[in-house]
Amino acid sequence: MSTPAPATVRALELEKTARAQRLRRYGVWIAAAAILVGLPHVLRTPVAIPVMNQMGIAVVFALSYNMLLGQGGMLSFGHAVYFGLGGFIAAHVLNLAGRGVLYLPVPLLPLVGGLGGLVFAALFGSFSTTRAGTVFAMISLGVGELMASSALILDKFFGGEEGITTNRAKAPALLGLDFTTDRHVYYLIAFWALAAAAMMSAFSRTPVGRMANAVRDNPERAEFVGYSQRWVRFVSFCAAGLFAGVAGGLFAVNYEILTAENMGLSASGSVLLMTYIGGVGYFIGPILGAVIFTFLQSMLSDYTGMWLLYLGILFLATVLFVPAGFAGVLMLHAPAWRARRLGRLLGPYLLAGLLGLVVAVGVVGLLEMIHVVVSAPTGRTAKRLFWMTVDVRTLWPWLAFATLAVAGAVGLRWAAPQAAKAFTEASRPVETR
Amino acid sequence: MTPAIELVDVHKAFGRTPIIWGLSLAIEAGTRQALIGPNGAGKSTLFNLITGKYPVSRGRIRLKGEDITGLRPYAINRRGLSRSFQVTNLFPRLSVFENLRCSALWSRGYGYSFWHLVDNARDVRERAETVMEQLNLTARRHVPAGVLSYAEQRALEIGITIAGGADVILLDEPTSGMSRSETEHVVQLIRQVTAGKTLVMVEHDMSVVFDLADRIAVLVYGKIIAHDTPERIRANAAVQEAYLGVPQGAG
Repeated sequence: MSTPAPATVRALELEKTARAQRLRRYGVWIAAAAILVGLPHVLRTPVAIPVMNQMGIAVVFALSYNMLLGQGGMLSFGHAVYFGLGGFIAAHVLNLAGRGVLYLPVPLLPLVGGLGGLVFAALFGSFSTTRAGTVFAMISLGVGELMASSALILDKFFGGEEGITTNRAKAPALLGLDFTTDRHVYYLIAFWALAAAAMMSAFSRTPVGRMANAVRDNPERAEFVGYSQRWVRFVSFCAAGLFAGVAGGLFAVNYEILTAENMGLSASGSVLLMTYIGGVGYFIGPILGAVIFTFLQSMLSDYTGMWLLYLGILFLATVLFVPAGFAGVLMLHAPAWRARRLGRLLGPYLLAGLLGLVVAVGVVGLLEMIHVVVSAPTGRTAKRLFWMTVDVRTLWPWLAFATLAVAGAVGLRWAAPQAAKAFTEASRPVETR
Repeated sequence: MTPAIELVDVHKAFGRTPIIWGLSLAIEAGTRQALIGPNGAGKSTLFNLITGKYPVSRGRIRLKGEDITGLRPYAINRRGLSRSFQVTNLFPRLSVFENLRCSALWSRGYGYSFWHLVDNARDVRERAETVMEQLNLTARRHVPAGVLSYAEQRALEIGITIAGGADVILLDEPTSGMSRSETEHVVQLIRQVTAGKTLVMVEHDMSVVFDLADRIAVLVYGKIIAHDTPERIRANAAVQEAYLGVPQGAG
């Protein structure tokens, strides 16, 4: 056998790395499927399944939002419109199916939601994607406001203040699945979340998905390599509307009720927050963001009336300190991981984390006490905080929490640069001889 | 033979300021031509008119005999005309490879497809790799374009222009800001990648102009005052007066 030419060797190597990449990619999806199947058997608390259902819906919604923001560079303030419309349409169709007007088993309902989202995204996208940047953002805000107020006016369709209720148990059963338990719904959501995520991931690797990145980076140049920036944005917008509608359909199945709130500005704001917190630059970002956001939302709201404030602080902290989001922070550690130096970071990170926790305890304590002073019913001055009960009329808890906050912050000022130094050290490329 | 580019009585004014007036020019297919002229003569404006970035105020522009007046840049690009920019104009967050692959997608027929995966598009990948090789950027394959060195960005600028395989290529000051050796490399690159194609370039470096061009058009204050072979341009008294000042020794 003769020695192959260098070019052939390189082509073979590229082929090999491409195959390894494909294998790793499929591996990730198979692992995700396995985890999703196993989770309900591991987490056996009664709240776990409803929270995971909510997470699954949020993941699909956030991923669809990132098709606009992260991949297409379109900042939308009205993405919940497509989620909500998809959900309302799915709820109406489910009611029709329940009355036997048409045959549609529940597992296919998210497709109906997706179709609804797609149709309306095509309608509103036809004029909102003509421009990028501020103009796009303003139009999305206008459409969001328009639909939120229409929801209260067109009450035949949107059900006014009460919204539209539906009943998934009345629809025809498919293969004996009647969706009377949360667990059935969990598997339905898990299936669609995985399928939708896989399709969105695939979309980012299609020609138009790649051109969405190119148009985001430089719309002018994209036009000079043959692509209309407007069409590229329009196609992304429709795809994002489709998957938002799928999430809306899942919402209709899970909660069996949709209200105007689901397509309002605060719902649009939430999806922006969770996507940003997770990290817009990575496919995994919105998934992390949706999981973290939903977890905090459902856990914190059990403990405090101020959970929105804490989410707001988390968002501000993300924008200010880690604009690349959680996924961005994780990815920053790839070099250290490859150099097998992650272990060295454990100490400095633990110390900084601990001090951060001290600051958080101090600040949360103060905020909660202020909350009691400002808005508790008259006469109630005691508040259960962390592991103790404090009385806001006494001085010591104020002093104690303030001390914790200040001392923690001072400590952090010293520990944070240490952690940063350790990070730089660990990320240095390995010296090759 | 039909000219690759033909401008007929083209006018362009910004507000009340005329930049180009009554300009007619025919670029013969398969030639390398240089467009020279003093600063502010309207060279870049002319490029922007031909490529559809700006609409003309009056006149017609034809590409390979076809009227392209008033078409959008992407429509003109799809008819086989591609350009580079004087100020580097890349996809900064995409890798070198992605920059080239995106530039080759349309001409390979992928359009707005969401039913192909780019990784499976062998023809596009091979095209991007060939161009990357020609640019000497293979080692920088995964680097985001925004963090390349200036010379590398200028090379990629040309790469994006040619990756789609257009047969009419417009280069706007391809060697600006480059050292002597970098310029020599780029001239070689241009010669290689435009073989058999029509090239029009704006260039200030006279040695590059006289080295590459088959013909030279001289633009002064919105008008072509001469369009001829390099030897004749060098000898042209009007050109010397308007632009070259004293005859140059290069070439």
